[in-house]
Amino acid sequence: MGFRDMKRRDLLSLIGTVAGSAVMYQAATSLGLAAETTYKGPIKLDGDAKGASILILGAGVAGLVAAIELRKAGYKVQVLEYREKAGGRSWSLRGGDTYTELGGFKQTVGFDKGLYINPGPWRIPYHHRAVLDYCHRYGVALEPFNQVNYNAYLHSAKAYGGKPQRFREIQADYHGHVAELLAKLTHQNALDGTVTKEDQEKLLESLRGWGGLDKNYAYAASLESSNVRGYEKAPGGGMNGAPVPSTPASLRDVMQGGLWRFLGMGLRDEFQSTIFQPVGGMDQFPTALAREVKDLIRFNTKVTEIHQDDHGVTVTYTDTVKGGAAQTAKADWCLCTIPLSVLSQIKLNVGPKMASAISAVPYEAAAKVGLQFKRRFWEQDEAIYGGISFTDLPIAMIGYPNSGYGSPGKGVLLGTYVFGAYAMEYTAMPPEERIKRALAYGAQIHPQYTKEFDTGVAVGWHRVPWTLGCHASWTEETRAAHYQDLCQVDGRIALAGEHASYITGWQEGAVLSSLDAITRLHQRVVTA
Amino acid sequence: MTIFKSFTVKAAGLTALLTALHVAVGVLPHPAHAQASDASSAAFASPRHFGQKDGAALYQAICQGCHMPDAKGATGAGTYPALAGNPNLEAAGYPVAMVVHGQKAMPPIGEFLDDDQVAAVVNYVRTHFGNHYTDTVTAADVKAAR
Ligand SMILES: Cc1cc2nc3c(=O)[nH]c(=O)nc-3n(C[C@H](O)[C@H](O)[C@H](O)COP(=O)(O)OP(=O)(O)OC[C@H]3O[C@@H](n4cnc5c(N)ncnc54)[C@H](O)[C@@H]3O)c2cc1C
Repeated sequence: MGFRDMKRRDLLSLIGTVAGSAVMYQAATSLGLAAETTYKGPIKLDGDAKGASILILGAGVAGLVAAIELRKAGYKVQVLEYREKAGGRSWSLRGGDTYTELGGFKQTVGFDKGLYINPGPWRIPYHHRAVLDYCHRYGVALEPFNQVNYNAYLHSAKAYGGKPQRFREIQADYHGHVAELLAKLTHQNALDGTVTKEDQEKLLESLRGWGGLDKNYAYAASLESSNVRGYEKAPGGGMNGAPVPSTPASLRDVMQGGLWRFLGMGLRDEFQSTIFQPVGGMDQFPTALAREVKDLIRFNTKVTEIHQDDHGVTVTYTDTVKGGAAQTAKADWCLCTIPLSVLSQIKLNVGPKMASAISAVPYEAAAKVGLQFKRRFWEQDEAIYGGISFTDLPIAMIGYPNSGYGSPGKGVLLGTYVFGAYAMEYTAMPPEERIKRALAYGAQIHPQYTKEFDTGVAVGWHRVPWTLGCHASWTEETRAAHYQDLCQVDGRIALAGEHASYITGWQEGAVLSSLDAITRLHQRVVTA
Repeated sequence: MTIFKSFTVKAAGLTALLTALHVAVGVLPHPAHAQASDASSAAFASPRHFGQKDGAALYQAICQGCHMPDAKGATGAGTYPALAGNPNLEAAGYPVAMVVHGQKAMPPIGEFLDDDQVAAVVNYVRTHFGNHYTDTVTAADVKAAR
């Protein structure tokens, strides 16, 4: 095989073998493959596991990935999971499901067949290479998640008379006025001395296209601006086909309206296209992983104590369905993926450094509300196909389904997705009240809400019995004080999960942390 | 505060869901959401600050999310302790520190409340749900605990 025939991956694994992974990473970066991830492709746990056994606590994505890989590497694996199913926070709620939150508030989901919401994770960016690799390897079908929909709304109760504006119009007006201002300054020679004349010419040309400026470099009612922000009357066919341009908002209105604040999210690395969602719900991802290791998982199993000594690890648990006396499981090693909010309450004999790290990280509040409507009015009446509308009302956003476009029946959208104080307030309400709130606020954006509402379900994450919160909330200070201690193997125990990563609040963090922890554990086993 | 915090969080690691949203939602001045369903305009005053002033309203807007409406707490994979008849409330400084700084599963709420609000909710909890502590916490006590 000649060099030219080599695929990039082959070349990379060659460089990897010859020169070690740092060089490999550099090479991958220069080939444009790996700059945005530390994922190095499928994990290789080479070397003899010597029949060692391991207990994995928690069957979220961190625990599932570890179970798959450690079994492959020759370990005797047992997984203990509190819930009745695998997936943890990677969870979907469908018609017929029941969900009982802390305090005993029980909801039965009334959605139609095939309709669901993801109360937790809902999107996977293209650079989450580890998650995507596992999706591809285990047959999880993916479809686009529309982060930015130009025809969805931006809304503030106190701007534009409370009338929702199309994302497209706000962005066009914001860009248009910025472009016009910069063009004016250029023409007034304000950039002389800073920018060469030649570059000023190019800048002017680019501003015209980017901003939708007319031939006089004005952002005004024109075909150029309408080409960006949309028309008063769109081009059509026949006698009446001529377009009528729309009139942009004034710079003052754009600035005062404040909706420009919503424009930035989709520009951020974490939210850039392409973003995916698993077809049929986020839980399809862990479900595919769990299929590989279902014989290893003990469900309805609440871990209450973790004890290690020179010989191994003993985990005490209770069966949450059958009850009865506490039982124990033993193994040589333990990988614990229980969220810190819960783990900090479990008796665990690790050193003081890891112990204080476990207690140092609070969990963010979040709440989501899913609403089923009798018809997909956002598509039928408003031509909004997927994506997100943003508002300063206490629902923060409305997320439209990114699948099933044009279906005649009912439709489910995400009617609230909030953090911080709003999320705490939702969580403190009974579920019906959360739904009522979501409806009342959302009706200010979609008046159809009132007539078309059918049924809903609401999740406040601090009441989710098995995580007590949304995700680990690190600060620079707590990272500096505790992060390394949290990730360090302590005797026979290693921790993994979203909280043991720099990508908190993403499944990618959970998977990368798990792969890192089992790599380090495995090294210990092999070299022991 | 939250905004700065969210930038810190961002700097400390990529934080998925939050940063952009706090920035997006948080910066807008907060309208009185008068059109909303309920008359209590104190509810949902701002994503960064609770609007309620009195202890009972604050308890219902925040604390009962975890400690439950009857303050008896709840247990799942982990536990939210009962505040009802809780002897840890005897030293007033303890609940004040808990609210302001958090601990383990209890998130810090201090950034969302002013000193008077913290005092009000601590005083409420220490005199309800079977707790009968007569010394009161002042805003100055809270300020000192921050
Ligand atoms: C509202 C929200 C939105 C999110 N959005 C996204 C997104 O869009 N994209 C994305 O990629 N990620 C998102 N995330 C983050 C993602 O859900 C997590 O990072 C990831 O699922 C964490 O996986 P994990 O395995 O670390 O933890 P978990 O999934 O929490 O798994 C831990 C497991 O431990 C079990 N457990 C707990 N206590 C015990 C016990 N005592 N005994 C036995 N078992 C126990 C739990 O039941 C659970 O199954 C979101 C999360 C939330 C909450």
